[in-house]
Parts: sequence; structure tokens; C-alpha cells
Amino acid sequence: MNAIQTNNLRKQFDENVAVRGLTLAVTQGEVFGFLGPNGAGKTTSIKMLLGLVAPTSGSAMLLGAPLGDRAVRAHIGFLPEHFRFHDWLSAREFLDLHGRLYGMSAARLRSHIAELLDLVGLTPFRDKQLRTFSKGMLQRIGLAQALLNDPALVFLDEPTSGLDPVGRRLVRDIIRDLRARGTTIFLNSHLLSEVEITCDRVAFIKHGEVLRVSELKSLVNGATSVTIRADGLTPAIVAGLGQWSRDVRADGAQVTLTVSDETALPAIARYLIAQNVAVYALTPQHLSLEDLFIQIVGTDGGL
Amino acid sequence: MATFIIARLTFLEAIRRRILLSAFLLGVAFLLLYTWGFYLMRQEALPSVPRSEVSGAILRSGLDNFLTLAGLYAVNFLAIAMGALVSADTLAGEIGSGTIQALVAKPVLRAEIVFGKWLGFAGLLALYLVLMIGGVMAVAFILDGYVVPNVATGVALIYLEALLMMTVTLMCSSMFSALATGGVIFGLYGIAFIGGWVEQFGALLENQAAVNIGVVSSLIIPSEALWRRAAYEMTPPLAQVIGISFNGPMFTVSVPSDAQIVYAVGYLALALAIGVRVFAKRDL
Repeated sequence: MNAIQTNNLRKQFDENVAVRGLTLAVTQGEVFGFLGPNGAGKTTSIKMLLGLVAPTSGSAMLLGAPLGDRAVRAHIGFLPEHFRFHDWLSAREFLDLHGRLYGMSAARLRSHIAELLDLVGLTPFRDKQLRTFSKGMLQRIGLAQALLNDPALVFLDEPTSGLDPVGRRLVRDIIRDLRARGTTIFLNSHLLSEVEITCDRVAFIKHGEVLRVSELKSLVNGATSVTIRADGLTPAIVAGLGQWSRDVRADGAQVTLTVSDETALPAIARYLIAQNVAVYALTPQHLSLEDLFIQIVGTDGGL
Repeated sequence: MATFIIARLTFLEAIRRRILLSAFLLGVAFLLLYTWGFYLMRQEALPSVPRSEVSGAILRSGLDNFLTLAGLYAVNFLAIAMGALVSADTLAGEIGSGTIQALVAKPVLRAEIVFGKWLGFAGLLALYLVLMIGGVMAVAFILDGYVVPNVATGVALIYLEALLMMTVTLMCSSMFSALATGGVIFGLYGIAFIGGWVEQFGALLENQAAVNIGVVSSLIIPSEALWRRAAYEMTPPLAQVIGISFNGPMFTVSVPSDAQIVYAVGYLALALAIGVRVFAKRDL
């Protein structure tokens, strides 16, 4: 059973199509990154899965239950984007309220709230009203709220926005702990460096459609940009490099190409030497997730 | 269960945001002014009351009744205003700010959230009315040992009117922004108010067209009719006959029927059902 399974989920607000047709499968226990430019439909997708927004068409299952199943929501945690709440509650009252809405008993809540406040480092502020909190502290209490029910599946919509490096490290550690416990995490983030560190798989979406779903390891390790500096490159030889890459750019004595696999490198070297090219340098360079993001999503920002 | 959690939250919000405190302090200020006014009016009017015991007692109780109902009319208005003010922003505001998102994602029905808020406001209004009506009635009782007739029926009708306006506000708040909600409620109150006047004049002058305007306005929003019925119930028949009765802006000439009370209860239930339904369907 997948933690999340969506089938052509679509949301249209009047003329405006927010999500065109989302088809995704997130397996249990993985950390799944949801990437895309602003306005790509990421938040609307999450809202559809959580029952905040009704899909125009399509279907989805969460933890094996169809969308809108109330019982399954007891096993789901959610940190909304730009998390806002009743700021006249104290940190402890706030967690108590949300715990009760999960249907948790007072006894269980009492010990659990103390643990969670400790986890997010807010124990000294437990009786302070939330309106006195900084943005980072609010994000932390929001995260504690998302973990109240020991969820099997957690949606984190921009969990590190507003956090300083210490807070970001904390979120990363929490995600790692959750994963070790077998919790499925659906992470929507702009901070690609975070995604690169925490996620198992990522989906790139644009205009509400999945462009590509890929394992992060193979994605980042596999795609390699190679820069070649050499004398004696003829257009025919440069064209011959096309057998390893579709993306060959020649600029005088320098050629840049992207290969999908490192094993292409020795073959390229042998090829060039066989053509009597004087090779001065053949430099592989791993693509960052940011490079890949731009490559897959484009530089237009989805506009 | 979630209904009570939300009701408690609504109550707590009124306390924390000092809504309850400010309503209480202003209420006390109103009661002090009212007591002073009541006392002065009695001083002014009673020396001219004829010495004969029976007619004196009648006039005295008539005056007490008039002043008590004048106070209750003000309280009635304040309760409507308070119910509308606290509930206008409740759904609209939480949708606008996004606080509603984490609530709705919990294993609760959206209807439970609306019912919970309604229950919380109903509790607040009850508390407010107990304090204010109790205060107004205490003045006449302490100064003169006077109690209006049919207290329970009258108070129940005033409470029903406050609940009605609060519920309609809550319904609007599930559809519109807080500002638009305020506009709609203000407009409805205006219709009820003017409609009530026109109907009274119509009845006094025996002008059927004017009475009909009042009836139509009571169908659009039956709040004012509830007040007029409450005032009628709490006025002794004798005072009605001799013409010293205070029944809202006008003397009650045309008395709202039982059917109008039933209509108001149905109106309230329908408004609540629409509010629940709109909120349940809405994208947040």
C-alpha cells in the first residue's frame, strides 16, 4: 500500500487551472520532496490531499483510504504554509487544543506535549502566548503541532521558511528521526539544499503537472557535467561526442556536455585520443539539485 | 466532542481578547447610568401622581414598567450588536488568516467547527443577557419592589432575537468577508427597525399598506417582531390600556403572533444549516 496515491487530481478555480492533473505515488516510509516554481500548484495539491480544497476531478488515496475519510486524518500531521494560529493561546494550550482535536486523551497529551516542547526547544516558553513568539518560534511550535499524534504521514509545507540555520538543522534532524521511525514525509520546500539532504525521492512539478519523479541519489549522482579542454577539436569530432550526450556545447578549445552516468568518462577519453586530439583537461562536475531544477523546470519560473 | 472543544475555544478567545471584559465594563457603565436615570425620572414624575391609593399604585407600576422596558430595549440592542460583532469575523477571519487550515485538517467534521462556534457565542450571549437583564430588572426591584410580568417568556424572546441575529451573522461569515458580513447585518437590522416603525404607525392609523410593509420586513428578518412580542408579554394589560407602555420605539399596537415566533425559530435553524453547508463545501 502506498502512503499517497493520486490519480489525475485536478483543481480549477473558475478559468484558472491550479493543478492540471497530478498523478503520484509516495511509498510508505519515504521522504518525498515536492519541487516546483512558485504557483506550480504545490500548496493546492497538498490542500486537496488534506481535504481543505475539493478536487475538480480525479481521485486519491491516503494511507489506503479515499480522500475525505475522517478516521485516516487521525494519522496525518500537517504544517500549513505561512502557519497562522490562535496567537492568544500559550504554547501549551495551543498543543493541547490540537491534541484534543485529534481525539487524544488528556493524560497522553500531558506527557506528549512536554516531550514535543522539548524536541523543538520551546520548553522555557511553554506558558507564553504565541503572539509574543518570533517567526522561527512559531514555525517550531507549528512543527510540534504536526507531530502531536505520532502521525504515519506528515505534510510539511515550507517547514524551514523563516528559520535560521539552527532551526533548519533542527527540522532536518526531526525529519531524519521521523524517517527512522518509519513515518512518511511529504515535503514541500523551496530550499533545494534542504531537499538534497533530506529527501529520498523528488517530484518536479510545473503548471500542476508532474514533469519528473526521480530518486534523489541517482538524480544528483548520475547527472554529470563534463568540461573538456583540448587542441585539435574539429566540428566532426565535437559532433561525435553526441553519442554520449544530447547537450554538447563547443566554445573554441572548450567543450561542455552533460552525461547521465560517470562511466561515460573513460569512453569519452578513449574516443578523443583515438581522434588524435590533445586533451589537456577532462573535468567532471556533479550537478547540484538547483542546476537540475533549472534544467527540468526551466528558467521562466513557471510563468 | 470537537463541537465542545471549539465552543470552549470560542469562549476562551472572548476572554483572552478582552471582549468579555470590555462588554462587562461597558455593561456596568450602562447599568450605572440607567440606575441614575431611573431614579431621577421617579423623583420627577411621582410627586404629580394623584394621592388616591389605587390610581397612584397603578401609575407607579406603569412608570416602573415603562422605565424597565426602556432599559431592556437598550439591552436588547446591545446584545444584538455584541452577537453580530463577535461572530462577524469568526469564520471569515479564520479563513482569511489561515488559522482554520490546521483545524480542518484534523479528524473533525467542518460542521462541528460551525456548531462549536455557535455554541460558544450562544453561551456568551446568555452570560451577557443574564448580567444586563438582571441588572436592569434589579433596579426597579430594589427601588420600588417592581417586577415585570412574564419575565421568563420575555427574556426567552430577547435571547431568541440575539441568537437569531448572531446565527445570521455566522451564516454570512461563512460566505463573505467580515466587512461584507457587517454590512449585510447592519442592513438587515435597519430593515427590521424601520419595518417595525412603519407597522406600528400603520396599525395606529389603520393603514393596511403600512402594516403589510411591516409584515414583509418581519419576513425578511423577524428580529424586531421578537422584541415587540417580548415587550408585549412584559407589559401589564392595564398599562397597555391606559397607554403608558414602552414597547420599543413605539407603543405596541400590532402584536406579533405565535406564528411569527415559530417563523423566527425556523429562520434561525435554516440560517445555521446554510452556514454549515456553505462552510463544508468551501475551499479553504
